[in-house]
Amino acid sequence: MTRGLAKALVLAGVVPLLWPAGAAAHLVTTGLGPVYDGVVHVLASPDDLIPILLVGALAGMNGPTAGRWSLFAASAAWLVAGVAAMAGATAIVRDVAWAIPIFSLLGLGVLVAIDRTLPALLVGVFAVVAGALHGASNGSGLAEAGIAWTALLGIAATVFVVLALTAAGAASIRADWMRVTLRVAGSWAAAVGLLLLGWAIRGGGA
Amino acid sequence: MPPRASRRRLRAAAVAVLLACASEGAAWAHVDAASADGFAAGLAHPVSGLDHVVAMVAVGLWGAQLGAPAMWLLPVVFPMVMAAGGFLGLVGLPLPGVELGIALSALLLGVAVAAEARPRLGVAAALVALFAVFHGHAHGTELPAGENGLLYSLGFVSATGSLHGAGIALGLVHRWPYGVPAIRVVGAGIAAVGTWFLWRALS
Repeated sequence: MTRGLAKALVLAGVVPLLWPAGAAAHLVTTGLGPVYDGVVHVLASPDDLIPILLVGALAGMNGPTAGRWSLFAASAAWLVAGVAAMAGATAIVRDVAWAIPIFSLLGLGVLVAIDRTLPALLVGVFAVVAGALHGASNGSGLAEAGIAWTALLGIAATVFVVLALTAAGAASIRADWMRVTLRVAGSWAAAVGLLLLGWAIRGGGA
Repeated sequence: MPPRASRRRLRAAAVAVLLACASEGAAWAHVDAASADGFAAGLAHPVSGLDHVVAMVAVGLWGAQLGAPAMWLLPVVFPMVMAAGGFLGLVGLPLPGVELGIALSALLLGVAVAAEARPRLGVAAALVALFAVFHGHAHGTELPAGENGLLYSLGFVSATGSLHGAGIALGLVHRWPYGVPAIRVVGAGIAAVGTWFLWRALS
């Protein structure tokens, strides 16, 4: 992979952290059907998109094996958990949905920031947990909004693509400054998660 | 397919993803003005006080003076520790002498830059972390109710990190002969600003 492409992929990971967008408490409708609604939902929701980027960064930083495992594990977990939440666990997930972005930003952000070499299996576990939690949250939201389960296919496919590009970019990084940029982005995400936790405890604005 | 053509396609795909992420706002069924306000408000908050701005820039300047690994360690540590201070402020835990701590941060970091102080990395990181708690706590108590938390936090952290980045970029001039005294003069200016805020805090 060329340096220019690697830079573009790292930027693709960092820019969404900086871009103003709506944190969709409701799901996006495109008018093109539920699958496309699912695709756009992921790209338009920083509370889902940023954790995906963090999983990709963490996986890529720990090598191609971790990247491959996380790619399939996270996407599959997202889909399965989403379907499960739609099928019967909507109420349970709704009660804890507020906490999911907080702890995924905090946990994944710290892992990316500290940049310790982790076993591929452990990275895969983190990816599964993150994917399952966010997938369940999405599934719960879809069920409440009365949107067809096929939106989860769009969501899972988009998760797969974004994860693949991010992990590939992170795995191909050779320059120290680019790895530092990822670590800084991780620390920013962790900082956001910590502020959100404080906000949630204070009781407003999340 | 020739390797160059496949690389161009991969590059185009990456740019497409980047643009898709960047144009996510256009996909909404309706415009969420409050969301933009939350991010913009968060972005504006760290730059709303001169004492905060000069201290953030001083962290970046000092990191650039110290060189690697401090140059990137400080901007990695500061946002997380500052957020910890913000957390304390948000949940209402008191921290005595916040304004004093903020003023001292500008003063001492300015002095460190002016004097080209080179303590051990752990000492520098601990000092920066201590000041970060004060800054974060002040911001945390000032955070307005009703803002979109995620977007506000994104804007807030982005602005803080960008100030560090600006300080690091400024500090890179130390590579040139004229840059070394120039940075020290900037440090002295920051220390002067810190002294003024300290006088205000004490009076």
